[in-house]
Amino acid sequence: MGIVSPGFSGRRRAASEHLPPGQYLVTDFPVLSAGPTPKVDTGSWQFKVTAESGQVQSWDWAAFQALPSEDITVDIHCVTKWSKLQTSWRGVSLDTLLAQAETSAEYVLAHSYGGYTTNLPLADLRDGQAWIAYEFDGEPLDPEHGGPARLLVPHLYFWKSAKWVRGIDLRDTDQPGFWESLGYHNYGDPWREQRYWGD
Amino acid sequence: MITPLDGNVLAGPLGELFAVDITSAMGQCASCGARNPMAMARVYTDAPGMVARCRSCDAVILRLVRAAGRAWLDMSGISSLQLRMSSE
Amino acid sequence: MARTAVLGRLTWQVGTVAEIRDETAAARTIIVDLPDWPGHEPGQHVDVRLTAPDGYSTQRSYSIASAPDGKRLELTVQRLDDGEVSPYLTQVLEPGYPLELRGPIGGWFVWDPASTGPVLLVAGGSGVVPLMSMIRTRDTSASTAPFRLLYSVRTAEAAFYTAELAERATTRDGLDVSYVYTRTAPPGSALPTGRISAGVLAAGGVTFAGPASAGYSRDAPPAVFICGPTSFVEAAANLLLQAGHDTSMIKTERFGPSGG
Repeated sequence: MGIVSPGFSGRRRAASEHLPPGQYLVTDFPVLSAGPTPKVDTGSWQFKVTAESGQVQSWDWAAFQALPSEDITVDIHCVTKWSKLQTSWRGVSLDTLLAQAETSAEYVLAHSYGGYTTNLPLADLRDGQAWIAYEFDGEPLDPEHGGPARLLVPHLYFWKSAKWVRGIDLRDTDQPGFWESLGYHNYGDPWREQRYWGD
Repeated sequence: MITPLDGNVLAGPLGELFAVDITSAMGQCASCGARNPMAMARVYTDAPGMVARCRSCDAVILRLVRAAGRAWLDMSGISSLQLRMSSE
Repeated sequence: MARTAVLGRLTWQVGTVAEIRDETAAARTIIVDLPDWPGHEPGQHVDVRLTAPDGYSTQRSYSIASAPDGKRLELTVQRLDDGEVSPYLTQVLEPGYPLELRGPIGGWFVWDPASTGPVLLVAGGSGVVPLMSMIRTRDTSASTAPFRLLYSVRTAEAAFYTAELAERATTRDGLDVSYVYTRTAPPGSALPTGRISAGVLAAGGVTFAGPASAGYSRDAPPAVFICGPTSFVEAAANLLLQAGHDTSMIKTERFGPSGG
């Protein structure tokens, strides 16, 4: 720890017992990005589920919009320590998108327009835990926040909720994604404070 | 609106790891082959780590994650660095 | 001062604030003494770290404003009202307070006082700080390299170092200072009011076009240093490229829009 700076207290950071360890509450919605915002128009947008057999299912925007969707209200937790409570989204459940997939795969690698990737167990995408979200706060999802559509997996740190998602690969072996290959925890449970390797 | 900074911003964080200034080195992009001063990379700092991209083709050339007591550095996007040395 | 690539890993050191000087209504210069300061090159910066009693800490980068001066350095900090660090540095810090920093940082955006070629400095707002280090070093090293500063600010009141720049320009030959006022210009201003533009560059004598006496010659192109917010730096760099400066002669340093 550095020397204490006399008279410095930093921004007020509200912790609360409802937050995972080490997190603080924000009321804005910080934008984090590893690169330029991809420009994806819905005319060419596709979402693909690729099973370990090579079987591919894909939806264009119209087909995707025709799927049953739901309103979701969840807390989200970023590994950079901010948390935002009761965020509202609209999206298609991964249970819907995986319904026709023939798979015994255990792992998923999610891919995004722009090249970002993130990995997680397939089990964490099932049973009402994950969505492909295309609206935030009642409005079409802003490109800065991952629009046209992003993965939403709120029970894990938010780097797993891949912005600009374009597909998921169902895999027999685990493949670390962009941040998981460079120190960030392979699973990322905010309630066990799994931020980095070995946590 | 995410506006990247330039590679000068790498000097502090990389200065914790290296005894040599990297920002004045010429880096060759492993993706497109362009050679540019590292100071001219486009660097995204609003992220779980720092991501530097090639000025010419935007491929990731360097990534840095910093945690308490640990740092992770990926420079696989740079195929070579040309560093300035004293002439003796 | 010989330049080598080897600096040693950066580590934090604690200095003591010796003096504080107001520059403008929203900016102050902080003079710090550091027992272990290795010296610096004009254009380099430091990281300043503040730590609260509960261990929370945050850091920001600030360009060094002073010429190399033993174990002492100066930082000029602009207060951003919604910032986290600048309000502390400009309103709480006092002489005698400790200040933790590390540096010097940066090997790219530096001017070598041993070089003799002409230099064009283009500043956007607080981007003038590292360029001021270069101007001050030019005098302390008795360099005769021709220097020209094009300093873009909103108003005259927002400009740093006005009196000192005027004095340096008259005391020794070879320093030319022009202001580009983007919002309100004082009466008698030489350059057009408004953001930097091709017209401003031409009027400011920093292009290759026009009569030989009114600009640069291609036999002796200047080393160009541009510093300021990202949007300013990109606009200025593009204009200078269009005006004939070569990309290999231009060095830039972009500040983030948020500062802090």
